[in-house]
Amino acid sequence: MEVSNQLKNQHLMWRAGFGPSVEQLRDLPKYKPEKYYKALVKASAKEPQYINVASDRLIDLYEQQQGTGKRKTLDETQRREINRMQQAAVKDLNLYWLKEMVTSPAQLREKMAFFWHGHFASRNGNIFYNQLLLHVFRKYGLSDFGTLLKQVSRSASMLYFLNNQQNRKSRPNENFAREVMELFTLGRGNYTEKDIKEAARAFTGWTANSKGEFVFRENFHDNGEKTVLDKTGNFNGEDVLDIILENKQTAKFITQKLYTFFVNDKRDDTIVNTLAEQFYNSKYNISALMETIFTSNWFYDLKNIGAKIKSPIELLAGIQRMIPMKLENDAALFNMQKILGQQLLYPPNVAGWPGGRSWIDSSTLMMRLRIPQMFNDKDELNVAPKQDDDVMMGRRTDGTAAVPEKVRAARKIYGAVAAKIDWSGNINQYEKIKKEQLLGVIKNNLLQADSPNIQQVVSKNIDASSREAYIKSAIVQLMSTPEYQMC
Amino acid sequence: MQYSRSLLMILYLLKVIIMLIRRKEFLQIGSLATASMMMPRFLKAFESNALVPPGNKVVVVLQLSGGNDGLNTVIPVRNDIYYKLRPALGIKMDKAATLTDEVSLHPALAAFKSLYDDGNLAILNNVGYPNPDRSHFRSMDIWHSASKSNEYWNTGWIGRYLDAQCSGCDKPTQALEVDNVLSLALKGETANAIAVKDPRRLYGTSNEKFFKEVMKNHGPTHHDEEPVEYLYKTMAQTLSSADYIFKQSRLHPTGTTYPNTDLGNGFKTIASLIYSDINTKVYYISLGSFDTHVGQEAQQERLFTQMNDAVKAFTDDLKKNGRMNDVLLFTFSEFGRRVAQNASNGTDHGTANNMFLISGGLKQKGILNAMPNLADLSDGDLKYNIDFKDVYATVLKNWLNADADNILGGHYNTLDFV
Repeated sequence: MEVSNQLKNQHLMWRAGFGPSVEQLRDLPKYKPEKYYKALVKASAKEPQYINVASDRLIDLYEQQQGTGKRKTLDETQRREINRMQQAAVKDLNLYWLKEMVTSPAQLREKMAFFWHGHFASRNGNIFYNQLLLHVFRKYGLSDFGTLLKQVSRSASMLYFLNNQQNRKSRPNENFAREVMELFTLGRGNYTEKDIKEAARAFTGWTANSKGEFVFRENFHDNGEKTVLDKTGNFNGEDVLDIILENKQTAKFITQKLYTFFVNDKRDDTIVNTLAEQFYNSKYNISALMETIFTSNWFYDLKNIGAKIKSPIELLAGIQRMIPMKLENDAALFNMQKILGQQLLYPPNVAGWPGGRSWIDSSTLMMRLRIPQMFNDKDELNVAPKQDDDVMMGRRTDGTAAVPEKVRAARKIYGAVAAKIDWSGNINQYEKIKKEQLLGVIKNNLLQADSPNIQQVVSKNIDASSREAYIKSAIVQLMSTPEYQMC
Repeated sequence: MQYSRSLLMILYLLKVIIMLIRRKEFLQIGSLATASMMMPRFLKAFESNALVPPGNKVVVVLQLSGGNDGLNTVIPVRNDIYYKLRPALGIKMDKAATLTDEVSLHPALAAFKSLYDDGNLAILNNVGYPNPDRSHFRSMDIWHSASKSNEYWNTGWIGRYLDAQCSGCDKPTQALEVDNVLSLALKGETANAIAVKDPRRLYGTSNEKFFKEVMKNHGPTHHDEEPVEYLYKTMAQTLSSADYIFKQSRLHPTGTTYPNTDLGNGFKTIASLIYSDINTKVYYISLGSFDTHVGQEAQQERLFTQMNDAVKAFTDDLKKNGRMNDVLLFTFSEFGRRVAQNASNGTDHGTANNMFLISGGLKQKGILNAMPNLADLSDGDLKYNIDFKDVYATVLKNWLNADADNILGGHYNTLDFV
């Protein structure tokens, strides 16, 4: 069966981006995917602008706190204020980045950054560290893995999250070295405990200052001879990362992860191994690898189309790209992320999100199916997410004020989401389509996985009072199906 | 004589009628019906005052989220070190609820003291695990998954219990979380428990016309390999379960008054379900946040008052209905707190903690092991001497008759409290 350009390009947009936007619908049938991909690459070519959501006041107070500002010490009230502002700012950064994913033409860049942020999973209460790490993902996400790895390893966020500022010659802390090998590069079982201990010694002295700048503390560093992965020498942290990169297993592990994230949860090891060879030989060139993946014929095999369960972020961003909206209170998006089990910048642990079927249980599935109606104001977000103590109490060992929030207020009742949807793009898009064909055409634009009966059900429940109402209710209902969860 | 005989006749006839009407509900019982439940109900009704069938042991897990301060919960009221390290936070003996010469409970836990006096309470001290983690989400994941502290598991111990109970079943209701969002503890390899805070609301949502039609139109199982099938399977289970849970919750709803708090209402739902024919064996509910870095006294008191009142209503209810022996309620928190108070009249993240075990069927009651040794701390923190996985193993094996080793991924000691 011939797969149309439209379906292929939709597939490409859901995987290399956050789904087609309503404006893009017109172009999707016109181009071959290789050409469409070139346009995606071009749109992501410019260096991203640094995202800063911290207010001047917070910056000022923070500098005072670090003793780098003009005035002297802060009192209890001010320290609490900083803490609250920090927490609020991280939330703001979450919502800002989500908005970027929805509106930015640099879809490929943001999608790669999204992948890396799940791979190099880190959590931090300090807005500045978060912003710096986010910029690393967005700036280096398509460069080479070696550079990306080194930038992340030197970031304040990761160093503090994995306790490396506590790692010193006299008292080594292995956490950082362990996670770098186990989760970020080689994968479990491809190194020994001894390798970890020795690598930890090499990373001693790797810290960051309160500005988030990498600082090498000579007096913490163990500069004795070390043996890591069968190589011996007086290694420092950078050397160890180079040794890890020299090992082909790193290319294999990263390629495997890229494949399962971007192509299919079921790995095709023949393809993966070929890609890994290419990746390694190209000195870990990420954009070359992604180009191969997104322009290969096997990528557009029917078995890969509609095969993945959308992550909560892909779902939320994708919906907003197709039905642009203004929310009265962005907090609803934050709560939805929480309830669905994925919040940007708050991975559950350093292993990131397992993904796939783990996104789905009875609660998350029902919530996903109800979200389009909530946006369309026909349903209420009457579900409260679980609390998150690590964030709420702002407890980090990273030097930010260890002052917690005030006692938690009584549970709020969550009500209407209050979104104002701009339907004009969709109404225009379907202007020329005959009434009888309308539902079928809309369905093909929205669903990557089809069920023969879905169209039937939707047509039975559709609002046929006017053409506009027909189109709106078709879109909302189609988005409220299990099929729409797939991409 | 004659009078009572005709009365018996009338009652007999009534029971027969009720039995016939109830046959439909009887058939709703899941695959785990016990022998006592197979007995015709009208006969059992003669045995006791309650119309509720006995048998069927259940577990209720009460999670205290945020790291509850164990030392101010089960208090070493004669320990000088305790008062020295907690000049402001230490609770004096005359303010606390006395259990023994050496041990008292937090003043807000009067009902727990009553349960202790009645022989329905046991306390396990110093429960923890090797290489403890002080991060909330990490340590909670460890307690939920029963993994070692350097492992990352994606399933929970109750979820894996559910896997064994529900292989291929259409309603994974043998474990229920009374909340809107499902915790890791109840996620299995193949099955996920249902999270339901309000049976009526879940029933309403899942019975929306559109969703029902989507389900109906999908038809019977298709090729299982197609990923979207997993979603339809989950949806089918959700719809069946929502139906089942709602109907069961209305079978014998409790008549007892519960405090109008989230926890109170949650326990009320649990009680009503226990009295029904539902196949649920494990209920899960949370209270929080106990993360008292600042101003501990007020926050812990407020939460303990909620906990005390809800548990009191629940246990009174169970006793009234003769079900106290069938229910094991236990509390836990992801870690305790440091022994010394901090500079903000609070305490910081610690390690080992105590657990309350409440049941009419306890084999061991009271304080089951020594109080924490405050002279032998690990860097200012309590040392554990009971691995929490031993507690899980005991509950799984002795109370639920389940394969603990398989579920926990290893062999752990069983204790003797049940």
